[in-house]
Amino acid sequence: MTADMDAGTRRVYLVLLLAPLVLLAGLYLFPLSRVLWLSVTVPTPGFGNFERLLTSSAIHNVIWTTVRICVLTTTLALLIGYAIAYAALHLRGWRGELLLFFVLLSFWLSVLIRAFAWLTLLQSRGVINTWLMGAGIIDAPLPLIRNEFGVVLGMVHYMIPYAALPLYANMKGIDPRLVPAARGLGAGPVQAFLKVYLPMSLPGLISAGILTFIFSLGFYVTPALLGGGKTIMIAEYIAAQINDTLNWGLGSMLATALLLVIFALLAVMSLFVDLRKVFGVK
Amino acid sequence: MELAPSKPFRLTVFGAWLAILFLTLPFAVVFPVSVTPHRYLSLPDGQWSSRHYQTLVDDPSWILSIRDSLVVAGGSTLVAILLGTMTALACWRISSRTSEAVRMVMLAPMIVPSIVHALGFYQVWAQLGLLDSYPGLILAHAMKGTPYVVISVSAALANVDLRLEQAARNLGATATQALWKVIIPSARPGMLAGSVFAFALSWDELVVTLFITSRNVYTLPRKIWDGIQDNINPAIAAVASILIVLTVIAMVVRILLARRQARLAMAPTGP
Repeated sequence: MTADMDAGTRRVYLVLLLAPLVLLAGLYLFPLSRVLWLSVTVPTPGFGNFERLLTSSAIHNVIWTTVRICVLTTTLALLIGYAIAYAALHLRGWRGELLLFFVLLSFWLSVLIRAFAWLTLLQSRGVINTWLMGAGIIDAPLPLIRNEFGVVLGMVHYMIPYAALPLYANMKGIDPRLVPAARGLGAGPVQAFLKVYLPMSLPGLISAGILTFIFSLGFYVTPALLGGGKTIMIAEYIAAQINDTLNWGLGSMLATALLLVIFALLAVMSLFVDLRKVFGVK
Repeated sequence: MELAPSKPFRLTVFGAWLAILFLTLPFAVVFPVSVTPHRYLSLPDGQWSSRHYQTLVDDPSWILSIRDSLVVAGGSTLVAILLGTMTALACWRISSRTSEAVRMVMLAPMIVPSIVHALGFYQVWAQLGLLDSYPGLILAHAMKGTPYVVISVSAALANVDLRLEQAARNLGATATQALWKVIIPSARPGMLAGSVFAFALSWDELVVTLFITSRNVYTLPRKIWDGIQDNINPAIAAVASILIVLTVIAMVVRILLARRQARLAMAPTGP
């Protein structure tokens, strides 16, 4: 397509293409490469930091906690997001729009405000415990935060819009006449859904799932606030390496490993869907 | 599609509304807590007070943090619009393998976890003397915001005919004039949508901010974060209430504007 351009036009658009790239390279990719570099040079050159991945039981614990929470969060967010997206698309009139409005509202609301609201509800002197104790249902406050329950609750709450919105966009592309056709041919509603609709929505489900999982993996704010230092996921662990123990080698190694896992997941995802479509540039 | 709604469908709809309650109810608790007469986080028991809203006005640190957030979000949005629009325009016009690759690279900050690039920013900003400075935080946030502008401007340009540029050139415009007078106006809705994303992202950004600022640049998320860490006081509930109301207003305004635009677009042919 560049053949149709004269020299002047080409010069203008090459500048437009390259100037932001050069800035990104200097101010973003270079800092990122510093992290990769540190992981194999600090404190001593070599792969010593990466050996810790295999040998350190503290790291195993953090990784295991992170994976467990992310799998649970992704599963729940997908399930709930799927129900919302399906209902929003198939309800007629204002009801579907209202569902979508609330999902978008929750999408735009600040992550800190969400975590704060959950703290207000769940802490030991929070709204729920106060109410339950006032009503005489329990004697001692339930431990609702500073554990995996609180972290998963907060994370599912955050991730539902991230699952529901891409699922909704994907479902919009499914021919709405297919399920009625299957019903007309004698399938029950559940059968029609399982055999016709679900397979059609599977690519969207997989890509929404991987995206939700990727966002969950590196999540810092909500796990840090609702985990309260007891349930520690990898992002918080990395931050602690830098802030508390100044262990740049270990911190940057874990950051590098996290980055590699995420790119591997994206590679898997590209087998199912066109990544350019997922990121809205096609 | 005129089947009566099946039982499983009604169950799904019920589940969806339950999920919406789960999404929205936690925010509702913030409002009563913000008018509690007590010093600590609690529901008002019969009485209410506006003291925590008064705190926001009286305590200059809240106003200052809002000012810092506005400066940083405004500055980073401007930079992100510039970089993102340039990239999207070039990719739209050149549309080769190389330009596609450049566009994917520009999206990287969207996928890389904040904690990972926060470490990188800290390292390099320390060398450049940008730590705890407005330009430092603005540039970091601009990098994070640029992908959203690339995406929304690309979407806006997807429907613009490439021959439009050619037509402008044939009528005597230079390449730069065609860009300014013909193409950029078509990109404007995308620039607006992208800037909303970039602004919201910076306004709410915490992880990078925690790493590369300390006392000099002190944004609202940082202030809320420190407030939650120290001892949670109801002033945070007051800030949260205000932000929730503003978000709802912004969304309703956007929907009304979109409706009005749709009506205006319909007008010449409509009944």
